[in-house]
Amino acid sequence: MISDLSRFSLSSSSSAAPVLDDDQLLHVSLGPQHPSTHGVFRVNVALDGETVVSLKPVFGYLHRNHEKIAENATYLSSMPYTDRLDYICPLSNNWAYANAVEKLAGIEVPERAQYMRVILAELTRLINHTAFAGFILGDMGAWGSALMYAFRERELILDLFEDLTGARMMANFMRFGGCRNDLPAGWANKVSELVNGYGAFLDEMEDLLIGNEILLARTRDIGALPKDVLINGGITGPMLRAAGVNYDIRKVEPYGIYQRFDFRIPLGGTGDCYDRIMIRFLEMRESLKILRQALDQLPEGPFVHPKAKIRNFKPPVGEAYARVEGPKGELGFHLLSDGSANPYRYRVRPPSFINLTLLEDMCLGLDLADVVVILGSIDIVLGEVDR
Amino acid sequence: MRISGKWRGHPARRLGSGQDARATARWSMPGLGLFKGLAVTARNMIQSYYRKDRMTTVQYPEERAPISPNFRNFPFLCYDGDDPVAGLRCTACSICEKECPPQCIYIVLDRDENGKSLKRPKVFDIDISVCMNCGICAEVCPFDSIYMDGQYEMSTTDRFGGLLLGLDRLAKSADYHMQLRPLEASEVAARRKAEEDKKRAAQAAKEAKAKADKQAKEKAAAEAPAATIGKGEPA
Amino acid sequence: MTAPDRNSMDRESPDSHAGELPSQSGEAGFTALQSESPDSLASLLARLHDALPQAGVTLRTNPGPAAQHSLLVEPTHLTEVCRFLRDTPDMAFDFLSNVTGVDWPDPAKADTVAVPAEGEANASASGFLEVIYHLYSTTRRVGPLVLRARTADRGDNAKIPSLVAIYRSAEFQEREIFDLFGVEFTGHPDLRRILMWDEFTDHPMRKDYVAPDDYEYEPTPHDAVLEKAKRHDPSQQ
Repeated sequence: MISDLSRFSLSSSSSAAPVLDDDQLLHVSLGPQHPSTHGVFRVNVALDGETVVSLKPVFGYLHRNHEKIAENATYLSSMPYTDRLDYICPLSNNWAYANAVEKLAGIEVPERAQYMRVILAELTRLINHTAFAGFILGDMGAWGSALMYAFRERELILDLFEDLTGARMMANFMRFGGCRNDLPAGWANKVSELVNGYGAFLDEMEDLLIGNEILLARTRDIGALPKDVLINGGITGPMLRAAGVNYDIRKVEPYGIYQRFDFRIPLGGTGDCYDRIMIRFLEMRESLKILRQALDQLPEGPFVHPKAKIRNFKPPVGEAYARVEGPKGELGFHLLSDGSANPYRYRVRPPSFINLTLLEDMCLGLDLADVVVILGSIDIVLGEVDR
Repeated sequence: MRISGKWRGHPARRLGSGQDARATARWSMPGLGLFKGLAVTARNMIQSYYRKDRMTTVQYPEERAPISPNFRNFPFLCYDGDDPVAGLRCTACSICEKECPPQCIYIVLDRDENGKSLKRPKVFDIDISVCMNCGICAEVCPFDSIYMDGQYEMSTTDRFGGLLLGLDRLAKSADYHMQLRPLEASEVAARRKAEEDKKRAAQAAKEAKAKADKQAKEKAAAEAPAATIGKGEPA
Repeated sequence: MTAPDRNSMDRESPDSHAGELPSQSGEAGFTALQSESPDSLASLLARLHDALPQAGVTLRTNPGPAAQHSLLVEPTHLTEVCRFLRDTPDMAFDFLSNVTGVDWPDPAKADTVAVPAEGEANASASGFLEVIYHLYSTTRRVGPLVLRARTADRGDNAKIPSLVAIYRSAEFQEREIFDLFGVEFTGHPDLRRILMWDEFTDHPMRKDYVAPDDYEYEPTPHDAVLEKAKRHDPSQQ
């Protein structure tokens, strides 16, 4: 570790500033076992006192080589594994993968299945941002209370998922051409009730957060970077929109039926951590809007394409890259098919992994406590970072 | 002490020591915001004593949280009637074994002395330390044989054998399936009954046709000598 | 410091609705480069030929229904092509979304997925490693532009110039391809393993990678896994 860091020597821009030697710095390994690193994630931080001088993330503690497993398995077998990529929002990953395979093979999805997918994706966005709200407060030291409030709401949605798919988290629900089964009787009404009641929870969380002086002190004016730096660094998702860049794949390159819904894209002002937290609350309110519209317009019909194959599925030779707006950013799947039942190359474009590219830039010159807040505001999940 | 770092790529914002600039801007006296937050936590705490939606803790194992009937956990094999061997619907076709993503199913086909398949499994093991409850085996089974169970209290102290379920632990009756998932089980039962009825009707029709053919042939044979007499035999 | 008003956070730029954005084809604010035939990609290719004739960029068609055709770029000219694509104002491909590595031990197979034009033979006789880039333009709402770069072979000459100086998002993704495939990205500021540990020697995503078989012996696995485990367990031999 120390030998790694010594490659990056500091240089000073003015002759008055002393150049620090490596052994004058305090090297801290933040992680891999750490309650605030959102999984098994390690950050090698070199500190001068309390100030970060260099920061190197270390990945790979959760690397399961998901892409290699997919090469040896059929297309459908990879679907339950996509649940385990970003395990806080599994149905989003399912849809992203099904989307890519449908693009690869040219499969059409019936109307009802499209609406079901939108409903599930927006519910997944709700659970992701709710969990984020709980975790960021936990990272900042409100350990437990706010997290439990958030998880209490999250459980309501997870119960709905259990009713529909059979599993709370690892749903394995999307198929190539639609969904695995139809909505049970009364499910849509339960979702309606939840959507109507969710605003009260958001109001309560915002009461807890918005004017809170401690939150403001810890999250204001840290972690902001210029817009062109963020775009060049491949940052997507709420981090990018918090900086004011209007780029949401649901509007820019609509997939499914998103162009039918009337919703806005909230944008932040500066892109600091406070904006990143608040923009997720606004996104949750927009998701509730989309859910209401989707539930109103939900049509009858088949939930899967009648000719959809579960076994012996062999897409034609070719390549496809398809991306969706996951709750964490742009989740893309790049599939290469050679005509056989196994993909020749299966690549996940992980938003959490690429959003970490600028972690060092955001943290330089700040305190160690700010590193934890910035890392929390990026909203990473190690299952996706390491695959 | 002033530190300036150098980093690759595009110049981000300038960093001085930052401390003094930020210190005054970021901290302010605790005030209304904190009070509102405390009111939220107090409300939650007090209401958790009498409001059901705030009292979320379930005192397990004395009480159990209600679970949806659609909840899926590890698989089980279904048999008709009372005999778990003779009534077992599984024909050991191994489709579930092939489609299982983590390859947790192990099947050995039962053959008689001549090597002919008996269309039932001699060994059917599921390693539940590997099984990830995806449900693909239940989806692809063509014989309505394997379904997802709802048992989640399966801890054992035997790390290897206790987590390898064989036919004895996997075979459960169709009545159990009906209790566990009434909607699914009644659908399957109705479909199987309809197929049985169709098969029986087809069989009956075939037999009736064979009988009618036989009768017609006998009738024709009885009439045939009369026909030849009429043809005019040489006297 | 006063708390910001809840409503004032809801700042949005006026063009947040689809259809109001300036776009090439005007359909729903997004233009797929391949949505009509290779024509729009062909015009981009023609501009590249005009501006950088020595780069030798060729078109590769994608036979599948997705019709995402790609441009094959020589590794030596990769950085100048990318700089041109990023810095030309009316191209403005400022967002590198994805960098994928592919292992082609059989070069003929690569031609079935990325079909060359008539008369263009595949120059490589041996297998190679390929890196595929997906570029988007956030301002013009256009994409994906797919670029491919191929190494000379799968051994010592598996080198491709790094794009970190042009697109910072390539930093970790190139490290991952170096780790899992073995492609050396020349000019990368910090090229070392990222997902595997530093002392690891092989490249797991290659097609000829042999996974280690020294599993812990467990009585539950069957067949091949059990045989492999037994080989390493002295009590079973």
